[in-house]
Amino acid sequence: MLAFLIRRLGQSALVVALMATIVFFGVNVVGDPVDMLVAPDADQAERARVIADFGLDKPMIEQFYLFLKGAVHGDLGTSFIFGEPATELILQRLPATMELAISALLIALVFGIPLGVYAGIKPEAISSRLIMAASIFGFSLPTFWVGIMLIMFFAVQLGWLPSTGRGDTATFLGIESSFFTLDGLSHLALPAFNLALLKMSLVIRLSRAGTREVMQQDFIKFARAKGLSFAHIVRVHLLKNILIPVVTVLGLEFGSLIAFSVVTESIFAWPGMGKLLIDAILQLDRPIIVAYLMIIVVLFVTINLIVDILYSLLDPRVALSEKNS
Amino acid sequence: MSAAAPAPAAKKENALAAFAQRFFENRIAALALVILLIIVGLALLAPWITPQNPYDLAQVDIMDARMAPGEEAFEGYTFLLGSDGAGRDLYSAILYGLRISLAVGVFSGLIALAIGTAVGLIAAYAGGRTETVIMRIVDLQLSFPAILVALMLVAALGKGVDKIIIALVTVQWAYYARTVRGTALSERKKEYVEAARNLGLSSRRILFGHIMPNCMSPLIVVATIQTAHAIALEATLSFLGIGLPQTEPSLGILISNGFEYILSGKYWISIYPGLALLVTVFSINLVGDQLRDVLNPRLNK
Repeated sequence: MLAFLIRRLGQSALVVALMATIVFFGVNVVGDPVDMLVAPDADQAERARVIADFGLDKPMIEQFYLFLKGAVHGDLGTSFIFGEPATELILQRLPATMELAISALLIALVFGIPLGVYAGIKPEAISSRLIMAASIFGFSLPTFWVGIMLIMFFAVQLGWLPSTGRGDTATFLGIESSFFTLDGLSHLALPAFNLALLKMSLVIRLSRAGTREVMQQDFIKFARAKGLSFAHIVRVHLLKNILIPVVTVLGLEFGSLIAFSVVTESIFAWPGMGKLLIDAILQLDRPIIVAYLMIIVVLFVTINLIVDILYSLLDPRVALSEKNS
Repeated sequence: MSAAAPAPAAKKENALAAFAQRFFENRIAALALVILLIIVGLALLAPWITPQNPYDLAQVDIMDARMAPGEEAFEGYTFLLGSDGAGRDLYSAILYGLRISLAVGVFSGLIALAIGTAVGLIAAYAGGRTETVIMRIVDLQLSFPAILVALMLVAALGKGVDKIIIALVTVQWAYYARTVRGTALSERKKEYVEAARNLGLSSRRILFGHIMPNCMSPLIVVATIQTAHAIALEATLSFLGIGLPQTEPSLGILISNGFEYILSGKYWISIYPGLALLVTVFSINLVGDQLRDVLNPRLNK
């Protein structure tokens, strides 16, 4: 187990190092940020001063060395536009993105599991077929298009919900979040639903497949023979068994929710880190781009590592087959 | 030999007819295919069936901006689907946009297909360390969502048609490589490969002449679905303003241009290009699903 753990940690570190190299060189060979930083009417002396200030005159290898040295200490550079540390700018916006991703995950589970279980119990019913057809839509509709539709219907036509921005936040138990105010929740509703839709389809499919499989098992027949009510069987015996795969897959998908929030945040002007990234790409603010990508890579590698370790704890065969290969 | 020659041809025809028959068994898929053919036809014929070339400035009049569907243009023709913020006829703009969206999607799909197939075949045939390294790279890439990989590349490469195609190819090739390798691994164990080897044929000939043709049916399915993904992804990136430049107005850019008008109730500028995108992506997906059912031998009863 220890050898497995060490190897996995080593692999993760290698991936992060590799991505750091790719990201740094990828981002830094393109475009000339000096044009963005210096006013067009600046003279040569000022140009040179700005270039020196940002360290852009040093050889690429030296810049990379300085970047790595900083990265180890958690310093991923200073934003060209804001003049503040890039890591700090991103971490300031992390809570808003997390709030969006977590709400989306919850919405996907709360709606997806009952719909999927229902479709699994009554696979032939028309309502089940409708649910499955709708879930195909959820997969193939582009997220940004659904976002536009939501704004058009709920914000413009009906006027029920605000279309852009993050509402009031309140602090509760030391956490500042828009979960705790009505205004905050109303601003959260549309973007969270937009982001949830893709994963909701996935949850519906997983829980439907799980339900169909579990309902055939002997212990369900046995529970029925014991005279337990159908509701009890579904609530206790069925749900317990389908939740494990659903939660595992969703855990893995959390990273992709954060990635997709780039789209949702841009449509709903949600002040999270995804919107920051898009603005940074448009303004050639390299340190922000590099910092965002590094933070995302670390996040992904961590999620994958945790899932791998959990798997090997749940299923010792995984670690064993690793050893043999 | 000469007497037997027509037989394979006839067999091929039969197989094709059987294939077509099985494909059209599903009415929805048949409808999707017809719609898709119409869409491709409209895109190809765009210059001849639209009242204006929306990107020829001489033909666009700013006085015609933001006309509702059905209103008449200064030039005399009717804005079937309204006009956008610069006075362009949306019907024309959508057909021209379809050309760009389809071209970018199909072109990047073909390149990714070629690269992915070659890499997957090599991995399956070489085995050992080469295979491990290639498949590790494939797994690593597939563990990141496509949109994130595309964002990284666009952030690194910048805007432009070539850059977007590079990004889309990079996002897609791994799917092809994984599919081909899986199929090729099971094909490699079959007797015809052994027979070819015993005949002393070169590895390259066995790989591309014998194994590759047998990997085609799963590849066709993946290619169809991936092309739909590529079109949707390009539209997403263009909508975010980091995809194609404004000079190459794909559907994503049209939707993005109309987005600012949604709040003032001028829905058509965004909605009609969006519907065109949806119908395209959706019908490709439906055709792909049906192809999967028809081509998958495990489902053949």
